[in-house]
Amino acid sequence: MKTDIILAGVGGQGILSIAATIGMAALHNDLHLKQAEVHGMSQRGGAVQSNMRISDKEIASDLIPMGAADIILSVEPMESLRYLPFLKKGGWLVTNTTPFINIPDYPEAEEIMAEIKKQKNFIAIDADKIASELGSKRSSNIVMLGAASPFFEMSFESFEEGIRQIFGRKGEDIVNTNLKALRAGREFAEKNR
Amino acid sequence: MQKLLLLGDEAIAQGALDGGMSGIYAYPGTPSTEITEYVQGSKFATEKNIHSQWSANEKTAMESALGMSYAGKRSMVCMKHVGLNVAADAFVNSSITGVNGGLIIVSADDPSMHSSQNEQDSRFYANFAMIPVLEPSNQQEAYEMAYYGFELSEKFKLPVMIRITTRLAHSRAGVETLELKKQNEVSLPSNLRQFVLLPAIARKNYKTLLANQAGIEEASEQSKYNKYIDGSDKKIGVITTGIAYNYLMENFQDKELNNPVIKICQYPIPRNMVMKMVEECDKILVIEEGAPIIEESLKGYQEAGTPIVGRLDGTLPRDGELNPNLVAKALGHETILDGTIPELVKNRPPSMCVGCGHIDAYEALNLAIADYGVGRVFADIGCYTLGALPPYNAINSCVDMGASITMAKGAADAGLVPSVAVIGDSTFTHSGMTGLIDCVYEKSPVTIIISDNFTTGMTGGQDSKALGKIEDICRGIGVEPDHIRVLKPLKKNMDEMVQIMKEELAYNGVSVIIPRRQCVQTMKNKKLAQQLINLNLK
Repeated sequence: MKTDIILAGVGGQGILSIAATIGMAALHNDLHLKQAEVHGMSQRGGAVQSNMRISDKEIASDLIPMGAADIILSVEPMESLRYLPFLKKGGWLVTNTTPFINIPDYPEAEEIMAEIKKQKNFIAIDADKIASELGSKRSSNIVMLGAASPFFEMSFESFEEGIRQIFGRKGEDIVNTNLKALRAGREFAEKNR
Repeated sequence: MQKLLLLGDEAIAQGALDGGMSGIYAYPGTPSTEITEYVQGSKFATEKNIHSQWSANEKTAMESALGMSYAGKRSMVCMKHVGLNVAADAFVNSSITGVNGGLIIVSADDPSMHSSQNEQDSRFYANFAMIPVLEPSNQQEAYEMAYYGFELSEKFKLPVMIRITTRLAHSRAGVETLELKKQNEVSLPSNLRQFVLLPAIARKNYKTLLANQAGIEEASEQSKYNKYIDGSDKKIGVITTGIAYNYLMENFQDKELNNPVIKICQYPIPRNMVMKMVEECDKILVIEEGAPIIEESLKGYQEAGTPIVGRLDGTLPRDGELNPNLVAKALGHETILDGTIPELVKNRPPSMCVGCGHIDAYEALNLAIADYGVGRVFADIGCYTLGALPPYNAINSCVDMGASITMAKGAADAGLVPSVAVIGDSTFTHSGMTGLIDCVYEKSPVTIIISDNFTTGMTGGQDSKALGKIEDICRGIGVEPDHIRVLKPLKKNMDEMVQIMKEELAYNGVSVIIPRRQCVQTMKNKKLAQQLINLNLK
């Protein structure tokens, strides 16, 4: 099995916490993993991405080739489109619909949605809203991970295990909130795929 | 044996810790910062009293590491590629002194300039200094090379370079660790004049360095990190260096690779291995991350012989980072090079944070300088370089650490008066102070803005050596106390800030203006909060 994921967002949105959870889930399954991140200047409000590769065989390149990603997982709608050339035919575009507007020429929300809907396989989810309803706005990234989880070749339980590993230090409440967020994202994706 | 999930940078740090390192020295610089941060965060390193404090700049770091080596212990110094320019004097001469305890220099290159001013290749420096280089192709090798690099250094009594690039530095993978080695005891060099580079001694040491070359080349030939992987199709042979090997192999995940391949991860170039390929193959494709160093050296040998292709003839791009698709094209495979991104996707460049003090300082400066006209603000390396972008459009240069002050001086010497420098607190103590002495010595008409946010911001909020000392340093250097002005950069203080800047711009001598407010990214840093209280800065 092999899953190649492009994680996308804006510097400061915390895509690396998603990456860390997937990483833990992969380790739980004894899988190989390579994950290239962006540090430095772009972290100051610029476009950021992370290339995440999981496989049961040894992985060669840290970078995913163009046209080879199984999933684009974006915590920001416009950013989900920036990496389309990396998505393989039949791959899934999973994106948050809450925009992060820090540039003057940010496009209209409807135009962005229209582009997203051109994809054959997409999940567009208002993760911020779902997270707020669960009482924890900060869990929106985990809602996003839940929404992308059906498209990984990994069991849902391994994601739950990843959450427990990553958030365990912060106490039972935080773990439970994030587990709820993960399930809420998963349910949305199952209903809307 | 333990399996850890580590960034390339972290793998180097862990390898050095397990390999018996007694101290690490560095100034923060993307993509090298996380090596030292990992040691700073290591409980083991704290227990064993392993040195890991930041240095003022890369030169002081390099020299301290050399000093620790003199005293017989294993040391590491880390920097980004342009930091090696700062450390170059000490670096090149360290190959003439040689080492006592093992010494590793890690230089992290940044092809495609993700966070840098150029994409220079540190292998040139190592070649110039005639020392071995280790260039890992993955995180496991990064770990092992730090571990094994100390032995290599002690075997040849030479410093060893580990060269990485951004991609490996900031990519995570599983790493298996090796058995922990003990630190060396303090021991003096057997020859107490080894490090005295008087010409007579330097000439002798240089002959030793030259005589050592055959040995380090043989070590490359025998290295387990250099491999000749034979293949039956000799129409083309492929030479890869470092992580370029991965991009080659990515293209053969579901295809047979029948061509001979050389994977080079240790230098000097293993000449016999390469010559065997040149003799056997009709054509050579060289895939190296960074500058075409191997390609150029082969072209030298082979002007009329086997064709050598790579970055120099356009088979691969002359600049920028490699990726699997570029390598696929070089191999003649079908591939995608630039897919279409929907037109509505706009660029999202990095920007200064909401609430950042640099923003208020620039707004005041733009107002204060308006009467003199644009084109006279020389800035430096740090978050405030983003003042070049709209809506501020506030600066006209960013060249190297410290260049703001000295370029402003040169421009003032040429008659561009007033000239303004903008520099951060940490950059000031890195390389700004010496330029300030030049200004004071000549009473140059320059206005120097030291935008003080109590941290090294761009690289993630590391300690600043300037903390609580800037006025003392400026007075000590000889800036007139009346022309050292401290401001609090806030919107509500705008009128006062503009007024003070106008006064100092009009002064025909050296002025230092210090807009001072804590970096918003460091608000959760408890250690810094306590320091600020102790220094009465909060």
